[in-house]
Amino acid sequence: MSILEGQGVTKYFGGLAAVSNVDFHVDQGEIVGLIGPNGAGKTTLFGLISAAVIPNSGTIRFKGENITSLKPHQICKKGLARTFQSVKVFSDMSVLNNVTLGAHFGRLQRVSEARATDEAARLLEFVGLTGKAKVQAKDLTLANQKLLEVARALATKPEVLLLDEIMAGLNSTEITQAMELVSKIRAQGITIFMIEHVMKAIMSVCDRIMVLDHGKKIAEGTPQEVATSKTVVEVYLGE
Amino acid sequence: MLVTILDVGIAGLLMGGLYALIAMGLSLQYGVARVLNIGHGEFIMLGALATWTLHTVYGINPLLSLAVCAPAGFILGYILHRTLYKRLMATSASPGIFEGNSMLASFGLLFIIQNLAYLIWGTRYKAYSYLAVPVNLGGALFPANSLVTLGFALLIGVVFYIFLVRTRIGKAIRAAAQDASTAGLMGVNINRVLALCFGLGVAMAACAGMLISMNYSVFPSMGMEYTVIAIIVVVLGGLGSIPGSFIGGILLGVIGSIVTYFDAGLALVAYYVIFILLLLLKPTGLMGK
Amino acid sequence: MNWRSLALKSFLLPGVVLLIVLIIMAALPSFGSKYSIIFLSTIFMYIVLTTGWVMFSGPTRQISLATAVFFGIGIYVAAILGMHLPLVVMVLVSGLISSVMALMVGGLTLRLKGVYFTIFTFGLLELIKNLINWYEVTFTGTRGRFVVVVNNNTIYLYMLAITGLTLLTAFLIRRSKYGLALQSIGEQEEAAAHIGINVTVMKVSIFAISAFFMGAAGAVMATRWTYIDPFMAFNMNYSFTPVLMAIFGGVGQLGGVVIGAIIFAYLEQILITQYPYYYMLLFGLVMVISMLFLPNGLAGMVQKWRARTVGGGNVHS
Repeated sequence: MSILEGQGVTKYFGGLAAVSNVDFHVDQGEIVGLIGPNGAGKTTLFGLISAAVIPNSGTIRFKGENITSLKPHQICKKGLARTFQSVKVFSDMSVLNNVTLGAHFGRLQRVSEARATDEAARLLEFVGLTGKAKVQAKDLTLANQKLLEVARALATKPEVLLLDEIMAGLNSTEITQAMELVSKIRAQGITIFMIEHVMKAIMSVCDRIMVLDHGKKIAEGTPQEVATSKTVVEVYLGE
Repeated sequence: MLVTILDVGIAGLLMGGLYALIAMGLSLQYGVARVLNIGHGEFIMLGALATWTLHTVYGINPLLSLAVCAPAGFILGYILHRTLYKRLMATSASPGIFEGNSMLASFGLLFIIQNLAYLIWGTRYKAYSYLAVPVNLGGALFPANSLVTLGFALLIGVVFYIFLVRTRIGKAIRAAAQDASTAGLMGVNINRVLALCFGLGVAMAACAGMLISMNYSVFPSMGMEYTVIAIIVVVLGGLGSIPGSFIGGILLGVIGSIVTYFDAGLALVAYYVIFILLLLLKPTGLMGK
Repeated sequence: MNWRSLALKSFLLPGVVLLIVLIIMAALPSFGSKYSIIFLSTIFMYIVLTTGWVMFSGPTRQISLATAVFFGIGIYVAAILGMHLPLVVMVLVSGLISSVMALMVGGLTLRLKGVYFTIFTFGLLELIKNLINWYEVTFTGTRGRFVVVVNNNTIYLYMLAITGLTLLTAFLIRRSKYGLALQSIGEQEEAAAHIGINVTVMKVSIFAISAFFMGAAGAVMATRWTYIDPFMAFNMNYSFTPVLMAIFGGVGQLGGVVIGAIIFAYLEQILITQYPYYYMLLFGLVMVISMLFLPNGLAGMVQKWRARTVGGGNVHS
């Protein structure tokens, strides 16, 4: 049984199918990549999983349980967390408080103020933001804000983490650091499902890759298989 | 029996026509200019009291005073938008913040206008008699002014509808209502369209005020009730849908008339029950997106 | 930072100062003039209403126009129950009923888009006014009721207590994880939901808590009027003025809110007898001007000025 799976997931916006009859699965401990041209429906799929958006049809299961009709905060408490493509940090709050909130309201039950702060400090160190604990989130660079989102998501103690384009807009040093962070997270036992456009990162970090185009899944397999698949190459180079 | 139904039905259409008029005005302001003008009722009140003054002091026929009040309302609204709301748009960090700020500014306007009215006209209720002669329709008696009001409200509604659908400016308005930024990119002078819509909304309020003054007594605090009704109609028709406001208005008027037949004081309560049901079951209303 | 010096700065010193202020205020009836007692009671009322409003609308950024509703409910409960219950119980019951109303309103509208909430709270006042009026006309035959009479000193002390409780509650919530969560909801509601915060429950809870204090204040203030009717009790002014006070004072800080309340309460007191309509007109003008030129209120202006002169001020979030 996969830790996260979906069958026939479909979402229409108006008359357009943003996600069309997609089946997917992510097994425990894996790092699965989700790629596809812009507008392929990748972020929408993440939104469907995290319940930011409600599917028109299909089911999504997390640890065997049907989570399709749950609300985002309930899904978080079950152990699934995510970051956002357009960074949603709490701007007028300190970096530390951003993460502390995650510790307070995530899966840790009834955390004391001290324990939450300690946990937050530990996570800031894990992602590499220790020196910035007291800085206002809005004053961070984009790369650091993305790290903050990851730390905040990790504070909720997830078993599965959805990462939405955390490498967009980063320079190559930052990308390498992000790739290391992803491996470190997996080493903690957290399963990762990640949307990315940065090909070298996806290819080297992921165990398996799913390809979406126009809302449909068009390919799935190891990085090797996907890179050499004719359909995928066409989709990226064609049109 | 038939007379009663006719009675209630026409009274319903009368109220409905008025409701449709005030709701369309508010819908224009919120749906297009994104201004939640909770001071809408105060412009209705201004139209009503201005008409009363013109009639009682200068002897001007209320229907003629429309020729003064409607353009005056339009100009007032246009200027208000170009000065106040446009600046708010520039200083608001996001559309959500603009909605909040413009609503608060409208709230401030509400108190400015209402208290100005108190200072100018005093607190006493005012009324005048015009066309109060009864007309016989199929056995039921209706005061002529009611029928004229109904006719006018429906006329304005239909004319406006044609304006929206047939003219270039109307199409620009509908485009802006759908998506203001894209409309702007397509060459629509968005600032002018927004100000126009706001002005039209106030003009409609002034017209409604005139029509109300022909049938009911008027006083400076009369506005709030109409604002609430306009809000309920706009939600009933669907936020952002101008045709929805028209249909919703007629519908609510008829319902109000039926409720009034049984107990006059419960009409507003009935409207609110509908409001609550809408929010519980279908917040997007009849024709909302 | 040294824990002890931090505690000293944040809690001990201001705490002691506040305690002294509280003691002086509580002793005022024995040496203050009757006029000043009444005047201060009104100021307390506005501080409660404004702080209550900010408690909810500040962090969540959803504008409630229902302050007058909860205040009015307090007034009416006082009128109905005042003669039958001891004052303390009546005040508590008023607060509770207002809270329950807030739970219903919030439960209905806070799960929807923000605009629905605001317009519903706006219309609610008209509805309740109408409903009670209809009820009184249809069933009790007369409009309006008499309220139990309470002496001015008691009113003053009750209002002092309620004000203290409101400010304390607001302060404690703000500093707790709930205050932080509410702030996060106002900034990025979707992200807040995704880290496990039950957004609707949070919003409805703080809405109900704020309504409690508004209702309690209403119950106490009602006893000053001796006779009330639906139109007096449910008055849009009480939804508007607290918002004005908060906006002008600056929603971000409690200090700004209190100062805003004091300024406008004072203005109202000196203008209301001679210039009843002028003062509300002025208030409306100030609101419009504040929207145009003072987006962060007076407190925001002060902060900006301090940041410029002191150089990188200590921004309290």
